[in-house]
Amino acid sequence: MARYLFGRLMGVLVVFFIVSVVIFLLMHAIPGGPYNEDKVPLSAEAKANYMRKYGLDRPLVEQYLLYMGHALRGDFGVPFQSPTETVSGLIARTWPVSASIGGLALLVALPLGLLLGTLAAARQNTWVDYLTSATATLGITVPNFVVAVWLVLLFAVQLKWLPTGGWGQWQHYVMPVAALALAPMALTARYTRTSILEVSRSDYVRTARAKGLSDRQIMVRHVLRNAMIPLLTILAPQIPNLITGTIFIESIFRVPGLGKFFVTSILARDYPMIMALMLLVAVVWSLVYLVTDILYTVVDPRVRLEKSRT
Amino acid sequence: MSTSTLASVQSRQLQELPKQRTLLGDAARRFARNKLAILGLAMVSVLLLTAIFADFIAPYPYDAANPAKALQFPSREHWMGTDEVGRDVYSRIIYGTRISLTVGIGVMAMALLIGIPLGLLAGLAGGAVDYFIMRLVEVFTAVPALMLALLLLSVFGGGLFNVILALGVVAWLDACRLLRAQLLSLRERDFVLAARMLGATNTRIAVRHLLPNAMAPLIVAATIGIPTAIFAEAGLSFLGLGINDPIPSWGKMVGNALSYMRVYWHLGVFPTLAIAITMLGFTFFGDGLRDAFDASMNR
Repeated sequence: MARYLFGRLMGVLVVFFIVSVVIFLLMHAIPGGPYNEDKVPLSAEAKANYMRKYGLDRPLVEQYLLYMGHALRGDFGVPFQSPTETVSGLIARTWPVSASIGGLALLVALPLGLLLGTLAAARQNTWVDYLTSATATLGITVPNFVVAVWLVLLFAVQLKWLPTGGWGQWQHYVMPVAALALAPMALTARYTRTSILEVSRSDYVRTARAKGLSDRQIMVRHVLRNAMIPLLTILAPQIPNLITGTIFIESIFRVPGLGKFFVTSILARDYPMIMALMLLVAVVWSLVYLVTDILYTVVDPRVRLEKSRT
Repeated sequence: MSTSTLASVQSRQLQELPKQRTLLGDAARRFARNKLAILGLAMVSVLLLTAIFADFIAPYPYDAANPAKALQFPSREHWMGTDEVGRDVYSRIIYGTRISLTVGIGVMAMALLIGIPLGLLAGLAGGAVDYFIMRLVEVFTAVPALMLALLLLSVFGGGLFNVILALGVVAWLDACRLLRAQLLSLRERDFVLAARMLGATNTRIAVRHLLPNAMAPLIVAATIGIPTAIFAEAGLSFLGLGINDPIPSWGKMVGNALSYMRVYWHLGVFPTLAIAITMLGFTFFGDGLRDAFDASMNR
């Protein structure tokens, strides 16, 4: 286990290194810089001063090494679009907002999806099943920003039940969380249903029934536990997407989260912020995958980590 | 059992078969029985026809601005109203079909063009080549696809061709991974062993036995990737970094509508409906294909 973890962590570090180089080169390849005249009206001297201050006048290799050197010591620099704070400060201020709506969305989506999926499987080929499946297909297929626009038009504009924008009160959470939760809920419902139906047909469930266990016991001890395994693979990729902020939802509902910086940083040529966001996402992804792989061994003792590396 | 009786038994079995059943024939039959798949096929066909004959269907040119008629609600003249510079929304949605389908199919083609050679290399060559390709896949997986696309579009500029390139750069990952996994599992099957015992060369086994068996799931996966690409284009254009004005993209129409739709609802409703319908059509079609092929492979 220790050896496996070490190997995985080394792999992750190599990936980080390559990602950082690629992103660094790409963002410097974007035409224009953070202090061009179209962005901030500065005299040539002032511009040169800024460039020197942030090391932008040095060769790229040196800039990269400087940045990584500071980053390794926890200093991610100053965001050019908001020079009065640090990159770490900006992320610490905005990320909790994104993570809170993302986390809430997951909290809503998981139990609801499990419930709907179990219901659909238990009432297979009845109207309950068909209605759930239709909702699931819609939820998976229709993009969340489309759903968000519909929610605004229906609940904010037409019915006037909810505010169209703003932030701070609980009402502002309802629509963003709903729009974000729909897809993971639909995915959970669909896979719970398939997986329960599949497991129900397996030999060990027949054995459990033959030895006289009640339906309830079979469902909890045999079916649900095994049905969770494929669900892990499906849901894991949803987590980083949700907690690193979703650009579309945040811009439609004007949520002051991290999402908008994915776009504004690129538009403003805000190099330190671009690097920090990329690395943040890469870290969250790697962590989620690592934890998922470890969780596999917990829910399914047949899986051994050393072998799962393909 | 002597060889002659074995041969006669085999020939009798061959004669008894009513008709040769092929993988494709079976899949087509299964597809035709699936109502949702047929609905998907119909929707995709209508979309394709709309894209091809947009010039004849759209009542106005997509870029004909008329400030005097800006922000009109749907009427007899303008079925879906007009936008903030007075362009006919219906016509723009008709022409937008072209953009969405071109991106969807273009990205799928790119995914296969990059994914198949790399997947073949990884699955067949193994060793260091496989290791290198899989690490490359890992690197691309770790970068958020949307942000990479945004960066690439900022470097090279927007426009249809660049959008396809920016999305295609990461779209091949699934095809590559899938093909490699297929090859690794197919390699161990008995029919490959049989071919090898009959003296087939490695190249022949790869071309005649492995690839054809791996193709069906690959094409299915690529088809399922089409709505993803369409969604991604809509997203990029929504953020203002995809298709450039005045070319109509549904995503950009939604993005522009955000500031108006609280009053002018038609600007929000119609482009989002177009995106949703297209995504549903391609998803039904792709899922139908998958089910048709899956079932025949499980037999």
